[in-house]
Amino acid sequence: MAGLVSIRNLRVRFDGNEALRGVDFDVARGEAVGLVGESGCGKSVTWLAALGLLPGKATITGSVMLDGHELLGAPASQLDHVRGGRIAMIFQDPASALNPVHRVGRQVTEALRLHRGMDGAAARAEARRLFDLVGIPDAGRRIEAYPHEMSGGQNQRVMIAMALAGQPELLIADEPTTALDATIQAQILDLLRRLQAETGMALVLISHDLGVVAEMCTRVGVMYGGRIIEEAAEADLFARPGHPYTQGLLAARPDMAGPRRRLEAINGGVPEPWNFPPGCAFAPRCTVMTAACDAEVPALHTIATGHRAACWRAG
Amino acid sequence: MIRFLGLRLARAMLTIVLVVTFAFVVLRMSGDPAMTIMSPEAPAEAIAAFRKAWGLDQPIWLQYLHYFGAILQGELGQSMRDGRPALVLVVERIPATLLLTVPALLLKIGLGLPAGIYAALHRNSLADRMVMAGAVAGFTVPSFVLGLLLVLLFAVQLGWLPSGGQESWRSMILPVITLGLGGAGILARFTRSAMLEVLGQPYIRTASAKGVPWALVVRGHALPNAAIPTVTIIGFMIGSLIAGAVVVESVFSWPGVGRLLVVAVANRDLAVVQCILLLVATTMVSANLIVDLLYGVLDPRLRGGGH
Ligand SMILES: Nc1ncnc2c1ncn2[C@@H]1O[C@H](COP(=O)(O)OP(=O)(O)O)[C@@H](O)[C@H]1O
Ligand SMILES: [Mg+2]
Repeated sequence: MAGLVSIRNLRVRFDGNEALRGVDFDVARGEAVGLVGESGCGKSVTWLAALGLLPGKATITGSVMLDGHELLGAPASQLDHVRGGRIAMIFQDPASALNPVHRVGRQVTEALRLHRGMDGAAARAEARRLFDLVGIPDAGRRIEAYPHEMSGGQNQRVMIAMALAGQPELLIADEPTTALDATIQAQILDLLRRLQAETGMALVLISHDLGVVAEMCTRVGVMYGGRIIEEAAEADLFARPGHPYTQGLLAARPDMAGPRRRLEAINGGVPEPWNFPPGCAFAPRCTVMTAACDAEVPALHTIATGHRAACWRAG
Repeated sequence: MIRFLGLRLARAMLTIVLVVTFAFVVLRMSGDPAMTIMSPEAPAEAIAAFRKAWGLDQPIWLQYLHYFGAILQGELGQSMRDGRPALVLVVERIPATLLLTVPALLLKIGLGLPAGIYAALHRNSLADRMVMAGAVAGFTVPSFVLGLLLVLLFAVQLGWLPSGGQESWRSMILPVITLGLGGAGILARFTRSAMLEVLGQPYIRTASAKGVPWALVVRGHALPNAAIPTVTIIGFMIGSLIAGAVVVESVFSWPGVGRLLVVAVANRDLAVVQCILLLVATTMVSANLIVDLLYGVLDPRLRGGGH
């Protein structure tokens, strides 16, 4: 598959604390790739940094290439063309992600005007079509509604319609269902899967839920402590997890099919950016750590075909 | 919406009644107008006659009832000083006051809003720090101090502008600046914090994420949201158009409502004082009502009915 986005050694500092510590990640055209890890691992920051959406106090280094063009440090005019036009992003809490004082239809037509030069009746007709496409009933009337007049699930559909408006090559969905209840979650994921198949756009699905990612994605990256610590095809990762953290995540999954068993949650918590251990970030929580783990950060290395892990013991 | 308005209107009336009552009680308890107006050496019969003529010999609750009944009939009483209707006395001073407070309001808005927006957009920059320092100075320095400083500098030292009176438009400059600077500081601070709050909201990031250029994010997404809290402050400033210049009018001997109030209080000219307070309360309350209506226009979440 042809490469679309290529992230190399991406580092982000907030007030002197390194939140991202060298992220390497690729997205190919049309693929659905998952990004998992506990909250605070740097999943959101990775893509916010790539799109230039972090606050000014963040210091960003490394490289984010889109189709061979560097995005980091690109002029705003160029980024405005990429954002929404080539890479769209939707967020965790749709209720606060939409502007409360503008009608939802207007928020979609704004993207149509920016990226497809559509105005007036044409833009409204296209917004209506997009609302139909994302499954908002009574689209003609709902485009006149304000975000507070719609449910969380409906708002997330609006966000998706807004993202589709620019006909992006890549959609970043940052925990798109975390704030929604279970039945709505499934509907939104179905919708994303269908849209991805129909439009052929690539999808990065950020989630802390391995089950969601397993269903939707062909490849998965696992993040921990501001780095990718394992990356593999979905089936490989679930069958032969190489990193103790991934093994822990898998063990902690509630098993829907089998008999209820005790969750083997990983002890301890994610290290804070101002408090990273000197070696492997996972070492303090790892059950199989050795002296080497505290001495040096293990590099991401190939442990099998198309399967990389950052653990001294894996491989 | 009708219910909401009705409720607001009832609250506004209650506020006015409370202000009027409070003023009545405080004024009656803080000294005998007969003594002030007649001078203490006046013969006892004259003072008694004065009291009788103005109803001051009656119990206070009866005076209050009479007073209230009169207000309801639009009768605001006569000045104890010159016997003219208090309302006429007050109303003829309003234009002079507005001549100061309206330009001062424009100055507050014209200076405070842009400064606050700019400071928020360039947070922690040198300009931000300067705007904020200026804003703090603007509303911590009391207006009589600022007024006197301006007089010392521009009237006494430089001799560029008159120090008081109402001879020409040039006499307006110093009082308007004195009034405007403090308010501009308050407005700048409020606008800045409202903008900072809004700029941190997820929907601002959403707008950027869909490719809206930053200038348009600010204009189309941030400002309409930041306007909602800012309107409260501006509404309050509009509410004080009549009463907000008491100190400045005194410093610059400007013949407006504020000066009339100071003189009337000193003279215990009850009808005039009460008339001014009633007017002030009414303007404040009306401004608040307008702000409430504006909220509905600016914020769809507060609009009842509709969809
Ligand atoms: N604006 C910010 N300022 C300071 N620290 C931040 C900011 N955004 C994220 N961080 C820090 O960066 C780390 C990664 O956050 P994030 O990418 O949001 O995690 P997640 O994997 O849950 O999406 C966290 O430790 C978080 O506290
Ligand atoms: Mg996140």
